[in-house]
Amino acid sequence: MASIAQPSSGLGQTVRKSLPAYGFLSPWLIGLFCLTAGPVLASLYLSFTNFDLIQTPRWVGTANYERIFTNDPKFIAAMKVTFTYVLLSVPFKLAFALMLAMALNRGIQGLSIYRAIFYLPSLLGASVAIAVLWRQVFAGDGLLNAVLKWAFGYQGPSWISNPDYALYTLVSLSIWQFGSPMIIFLAGLRQIPQDMYEAASLDGAGPMRQMFKITLPLLTPVIFFNGVIQTIEAFKAFTPAFIVSEGTGGPVDSTMFYTLYLYLEGFAYLRMGYASALAWVLVVIIAFFTAFSFLSAKYWVHYDD
Amino acid sequence: MARVDLKNVRKSYGTVPVIHGVDLTIEDGEFVVFVGPSGCGKSTLLRMIAGLEEINGGDILIEGERMNAVPPAKRGIAMVFQSYALYPHMSVRKNLSFGLETARAPKAEIEAKVAKAAEILRIEHLLDRKPKQLSGGQRQRVAIGRAIVREPRLFLFDEPLSNLDAELRVQMRVEIAKLHSDLGTSMVYVTHDQVEAMTLADKIVVLHGGVIEQVGSPLDLYNNPANIFVAGFIGSPRMNFFKGKAVAGKTLALEMAGTVIPVPLTPPAGLTDVVLGVRPEHISIGGTDGVLLGRATIDIVEQLGGQTIAYGRFADGQNVTIVCEGQKQIAHKQEVELRALPTLLHAFDGTEKRITA
Repeated sequence: MASIAQPSSGLGQTVRKSLPAYGFLSPWLIGLFCLTAGPVLASLYLSFTNFDLIQTPRWVGTANYERIFTNDPKFIAAMKVTFTYVLLSVPFKLAFALMLAMALNRGIQGLSIYRAIFYLPSLLGASVAIAVLWRQVFAGDGLLNAVLKWAFGYQGPSWISNPDYALYTLVSLSIWQFGSPMIIFLAGLRQIPQDMYEAASLDGAGPMRQMFKITLPLLTPVIFFNGVIQTIEAFKAFTPAFIVSEGTGGPVDSTMFYTLYLYLEGFAYLRMGYASALAWVLVVIIAFFTAFSFLSAKYWVHYDD
Repeated sequence: MARVDLKNVRKSYGTVPVIHGVDLTIEDGEFVVFVGPSGCGKSTLLRMIAGLEEINGGDILIEGERMNAVPPAKRGIAMVFQSYALYPHMSVRKNLSFGLETARAPKAEIEAKVAKAAEILRIEHLLDRKPKQLSGGQRQRVAIGRAIVREPRLFLFDEPLSNLDAELRVQMRVEIAKLHSDLGTSMVYVTHDQVEAMTLADKIVVLHGGVIEQVGSPLDLYNNPANIFVAGFIGSPRMNFFKGKAVAGKTLALEMAGTVIPVPLTPPAGLTDVVLGVRPEHISIGGTDGVLLGRATIDIVEQLGGQTIAYGRFADGQNVTIVCEGQKQIAHKQEVELRALPTLLHAFDGTEKRITA
């Protein structure tokens, strides 16, 4: 009687079958564990220590966190600046991106060229070079003031040296990088079936009513996605503030972004433990915002399925 | 209710003409079906009546009023889309009331009209659901409901049943027919399904390549098709066409695979090539009634219970389809004698037009 062949060992066979897959994944896995997960966990440990990069970390318990929340006026200042930046740059950037996406979605000729041109700032925007350029444009004797003087005879202030304007200059730099959300909005707009608009026009809805009753509700999944991504990006913003303020967060801490403060604590003052604690507080803040976004989504995001 | 007149209506996409000067009248309360193969322009014509497509020439009149530049919402029409086009983020109730709310109708009036439409379509229990929570048939009802609440003078249907399964399609077809008889409103219905056209229409418009091939009642098109295209398009299974040579004489006769078939028509002058058209259900196997069409070998037999469909070939290789009532026993490769009543024969000339004299 023929015997039925039994699998030698279920688990062993599964592992053997998966080995080639893990082999191909190994560069990414090594990167994940050594360059991302390892440092992340190390920073969690360091946040409970005093560490100046030279001596061995010294365990201080929750002292770093206590200081953050009870005895650090700069933390409060950085939070104010960062929250102002997030609350201004994200809605304005999204609104601007959506507006342009809607304009591009009207079936204009040469769409791909315009799309590429509008996307360019996003490719360049986060770079050091553009931040340097931005500094030149918004300086007291910069391009913007030259144009203002030529066009209106108005001598503008130094937009980056004046604490009243410096942050808003950085907000405008952020809005200028609207390309990525614009492309995603454009893809989202193209997903809305044309017959939805035809049905709405038969129902007597004009362009504005179509936008508020059809386009925006049907675009909410994309608005939600862009909102979450851009909020996280805004909380993490660093390069523009670092370059424009020349690494000081000035004038008068007006561009002291949270990440810049974190960087100064870690790499300028060599308080790595404290910087790690600041980083983990930022993680919790971002996680809170993201969780809040997801919880609120069921009240305003319309998924088709 | 409304009378609709299309006068030399034309449409092009760029330099490509898609509707070549259509003239048509849709009478008050009439159910008109546009039928034709894909790309024949039937949906385009419907969308032109709706105002969703610009027209490049001619006039569209509803109740004598020129509509060319009137926006869709002001034409007094309602349209049911192939995809239903329900607003996915709104409840059924909101979908129904959206148009009325847009028109700023009083709340009580909106509620009354929505309730009435829901009652007509038996969707009262679905009013608070979202479209994604509905079956295909229910979505279709909501789409029709959205049209009803507008109380239009003209309903437009763009292949409304094509997304439904066969059983539901038959059911909805009956309901649309009932709706038409209840409301008495003019309706224009686009389909590529000739069975839908035959069962629903007061008047069928057969379109082909942006041109109207024939307009008439369903039975008129079935009995007196103007040309080979209409003859082939109306009727299922489609009409058999046999090529033959005209035989000289006072009465039309053609020779096909060695058999001379007399057709009770007067041959036009100079006729040489003739196409004989015979509907599958008009051909009988054996017997003595009618004229002999020839002997054919049967290749495939389909038993549908109520009918038997046989597919065969004449000696010259021309295919033939025969529909027999009941359950007919025909053996594979059996050679049979085929006959048809002469009055049921159609003949077409070299230009594919039907010989009527």
